[in-house]
Amino acid sequence: MTAATLDTLKTELLAAIDAASDLSALDEVRVASLGKKGRISELMKTLSGMAPEERKSFGQAVNALKDEIGAALEEKRGALARAAMAERLASEREDITLPVRPGPLAEGRIHPVSQVIDEITEIFADMGFSIAEGPDIETDFHNFTALNIPEEHPARQDHDTFYFGRREDGSRPVLRTHTSPVQIRTMLKEKPPLRIIAPGRVYRSDSDQTHTPMFHQVEGLVVDEETHLGHLKWVLEEFCKAFFEVDSVKMRFRASYFPFTEPSMEVDIGYAKVGDEIRIGEGDEWLEILGCGMVNPNVLRNVDLDPARYQGFAFGVGIDRLAMLKYGMPDLRAFFAADLRWLKHYGFVPLAVPTLAGGLS
Amino acid sequence: MKFTLSWLKQHLETDASLAEIADTLTEIGLEVEEIVDPAEALSAFTVAYVAKCEKHPDADKLQVCTVETGNGTFQVVCGAANAHAGMKGVFAPVGTYVPGIDLTLTKAKIRGVESFGMLCSERELELSDEHHGIIELSEDAEVGSPAAAALGLTDAVIDIAITPNRPDCLAVSGIARDLAAAGLGTFKDQPVAPVQGSFANPQPIALEFSAETASACPVFAGRVVKGVKNGPSPDWLQAKLKAIGLRPINALVDITNYISYDRARPLHVYDADKLSGTIKARLGETGERFEALDGKTYEVDAEACVIADDARVLGLGGIMGGEETGCTEETVNVFIESAYFDPIRTAKTGRRLNIISDARFRFERGVDPAFVVPGLELATEMVLELCGGEASEIEIAGEAPEGNSSFSFDISEVKRLSGLELAPEKIEQLLTALGFGLRGSAPVFEVSVPSWRPDVFGPADIVEEVVRLVGVANVPATPMPRVSGVAKPVLTEMQKRQRRARRLLAGRGLVEAVTWSFIPKKEAEAFGGGQASLVLDNPISSELSDMRPSLLPGLITAAQRNADRGLDDGALFELGQIYGGDQPEDQRIAASGVRFGNIGLEGSGRDWAGNAKPADVFAAKADLAALLDALGLDASNLMIVAEAPDWFHPGRSGSFKLGPKVTLGVFGEIHPLTLEALGADGPMAAFELDLGALPQPKRKGRSRSALGASDLQAVRRDFAFLVDADVPAGDLLRAARGADKALISNVGLFDVFTGKGVPEGKKSLAIEVTLQPIEKTLTDKEIDAVAEKIVAAVVKATGGELRG
Repeated sequence: MTAATLDTLKTELLAAIDAASDLSALDEVRVASLGKKGRISELMKTLSGMAPEERKSFGQAVNALKDEIGAALEEKRGALARAAMAERLASEREDITLPVRPGPLAEGRIHPVSQVIDEITEIFADMGFSIAEGPDIETDFHNFTALNIPEEHPARQDHDTFYFGRREDGSRPVLRTHTSPVQIRTMLKEKPPLRIIAPGRVYRSDSDQTHTPMFHQVEGLVVDEETHLGHLKWVLEEFCKAFFEVDSVKMRFRASYFPFTEPSMEVDIGYAKVGDEIRIGEGDEWLEILGCGMVNPNVLRNVDLDPARYQGFAFGVGIDRLAMLKYGMPDLRAFFAADLRWLKHYGFVPLAVPTLAGGLS
Repeated sequence: MKFTLSWLKQHLETDASLAEIADTLTEIGLEVEEIVDPAEALSAFTVAYVAKCEKHPDADKLQVCTVETGNGTFQVVCGAANAHAGMKGVFAPVGTYVPGIDLTLTKAKIRGVESFGMLCSERELELSDEHHGIIELSEDAEVGSPAAAALGLTDAVIDIAITPNRPDCLAVSGIARDLAAAGLGTFKDQPVAPVQGSFANPQPIALEFSAETASACPVFAGRVVKGVKNGPSPDWLQAKLKAIGLRPINALVDITNYISYDRARPLHVYDADKLSGTIKARLGETGERFEALDGKTYEVDAEACVIADDARVLGLGGIMGGEETGCTEETVNVFIESAYFDPIRTAKTGRRLNIISDARFRFERGVDPAFVVPGLELATEMVLELCGGEASEIEIAGEAPEGNSSFSFDISEVKRLSGLELAPEKIEQLLTALGFGLRGSAPVFEVSVPSWRPDVFGPADIVEEVVRLVGVANVPATPMPRVSGVAKPVLTEMQKRQRRARRLLAGRGLVEAVTWSFIPKKEAEAFGGGQASLVLDNPISSELSDMRPSLLPGLITAAQRNADRGLDDGALFELGQIYGGDQPEDQRIAASGVRFGNIGLEGSGRDWAGNAKPADVFAAKADLAALLDALGLDASNLMIVAEAPDWFHPGRSGSFKLGPKVTLGVFGEIHPLTLEALGADGPMAAFELDLGALPQPKRKGRSRSALGASDLQAVRRDFAFLVDADVPAGDLLRAARGADKALISNVGLFDVFTGKGVPEGKKSLAIEVTLQPIEKTLTDKEIDAVAEKIVAAVVKATGGELRG
């Protein structure tokens, strides 16, 4: 046996490896070379009959050949496996234009009224207002009398009140016509200083394109020992800027009349109409958005607060109207029709949580 | 309240422009609703001369006129009988919008004759209802000049909204006083001079009330003017009334209407010869009736203040007079009434009888009690001037009520309540201009309230007067102090739950709806409601009559409306109030949802990757379970029982309960009969959670407990049990879980099977139990021991057997 013989064998085997076209052919080469009766294994067997010097050098050469062929086999096996996988993968091609379902987060919606209440809450919470609540079915006392609207007061007739039947004790519950009774409930329950807003449903017996028998208001109330009209103006201006997400708003405060405030004001906000869109903070048209004033001393007396010591302001805004102004819904009635097309269009996806840090909308 | 600019200027000396006046009115609380400037509105209409007027060749009632205008001569076909050559009329050229017929004129061919414009009637210009003929202008009207001027319509008409607290501004004079006080000119105070009577009042007057009811009409003044000549009032008076939309009647009536608007002093004139005996104010009697000036007959009652004579009821005090005793052109002797009627009683009666009149509008807001007699004097003066005659002395029964009491006012109140810093002199000047009397000196005044301001009682009212005259715009906006550097959370637990529930449900693909709080009675009854205490007395329709006992009827009918529009699959939820009674604590907040059609968490309807299944009890259960989980309830602590209200399918519904008595929420498929009652097609699956029934969370520290995850390999073992078909799977799972609470970390149910190989009346439930060793790896022996315990526990709890 000579080194030349080994070289020939090597060349032969490498060629056979290279020629193997699949894994079984390759395995045949492996068995024929490295298998128990393979040509390299046979060569190894001849070592025992050799002189020590010869055995050493020939043994090294055969081992080297064995390693080299082993590595070549391994490399070829890898290449064949990759090719086979590539072929399999090529046959597994999918039509990735097939549609997938959007999933529940994309389907669900938050009603604009809820979203706007969350926005309003975010703004007022930052100014230290908490959220107060009261029942929809109110007593005459809370809805009217305590708010300085006695029986037969002309203002009471303007309220288009829904009544329930007269009770045995002579009382007659009403559906609250405004969120103002929450002022009374709050002041009867808690002592100043008070800063609250009270969003909720209110009811008036009125129905046309711009009026629905149920709608939403948010009431605001501050009572302490120093809050005055200037603070009211500031709070409303800050609120409008934050809510409409503009740097400045034009607001017009007009003297007006509400039995439960004195002085009383109505507030207009400046806007421009561009196409069908209403842009707050631009233009020189006016739109009435809310009523407000300093809490009437009679109201304070009705809840056992001394008007010489305590003072504060109250305001009421239509939530649905705010939503319409900000988001452009044309018709109030659609708010309560539960039409999925409308809700999907004007509603908000569940992850759109309004925050001051991230913006309200 | 309508008035014209020139009328205002009768009481206000001012150089201010119409625009300035309008802005100031609005700012001081007299909100301008509309300003109509007729010169502008009628700018296209001009004076024209009818040179020729010939019969239309092809129509009996039409004439062909040759009309000379400022812009040339036109041929106009005219249907008015009074059109004639030589007259002057109001001409509208082609292209003019004619408001009374809501039409823009075009060149027309009428019965073959061309017509280039129109000669107009009063109705066509919306000046009145007059349509008997075209307007005939006076001969000196200049051809081509604006028609408005020729018609005497140069005056802007201002319409303002008067808030209920300002009866004094139901007078043009009152508006003028306010404007003057706001700095827009000088108020022309016009006190009324008394008219001496030349003979005693021949008409007896009486107040017939008890002490308790005397406030109905505390004062009644009157006098007779004899020998008047009634007829149409002069043009200037008619023009004034017409300008503000009143119809001139005759001079005597027009005078009362004029004073009602000029001074907010309603009056009434009677034909004295038609009165029998004493004229009196008294309460009505049931059964009495009278024919009012509006031509209708009204029944009076014992609450109404009536004016009567010895024979009959003549009218309702402060509301409306009667037809029978009213003044006509034949009236010779007139009795003029000026009285004060109680606002509340007037309002009540007016509302009960549904009579709307200028008098009621003023009396129910409160007229100036001190102007009863001056008002009568003013009327007398005008009657004498316009109708002649001779006035009697005035007779007064009763006494005018006092105005509001005076009170002490510290001018520092202005700053305290408004933040405005004003000099004491400024405050004094403003109040004086409004007619307030100030005694004493700054800073504390004794303020007396003018008789025409029933709305002013105390210091806050005075602050309002000052602020509105100075202008709220001049109050500096003042930042409120922050309560804390970083805003603190403010939401209550309930409010947080609502927010979380809302986002959770929307996150599960449900769409939030807001439906009416009131629903049809039938629907309320179908959901356990409809009790008498929750029925509206005056619902807007029978569809909105009962307060809802549940959110589900609103959602189910909404779902059906969507389905009717072709949206077959959908999911709606609502978060809102439901009503168990009329007390505040009976109002609860519920979160409810309805899935209809084929819809699940993955989506709805058909899809290549697998169609959605019909909404079923498990879809509803999954929504409710997710909601409870999101609200912090550990589902393993809750009981799930097969009990639900009647409106659910009896076999496909259940409840989550916290102990045997507290039901948190219910879920299931809606009962077919309930769907039928609501006019809905099924199936629909729904849930309802009472947010108020959830327990308050226990206040725990914010730090979480240590994790305690084990690195040891978990072991999983499967078991299949054969149990009776009616054994709840929940019982089996609970038994398996309880077999070794330390080792068993999870039990999952992966197969429920009936059919081949399972005996009739039985079912096979297959579970996968996960054992999580904590300290050391489990030996086979230990695992077998746990498995035995599991089998024993399940067999004991369910009476079933391990499936071989």
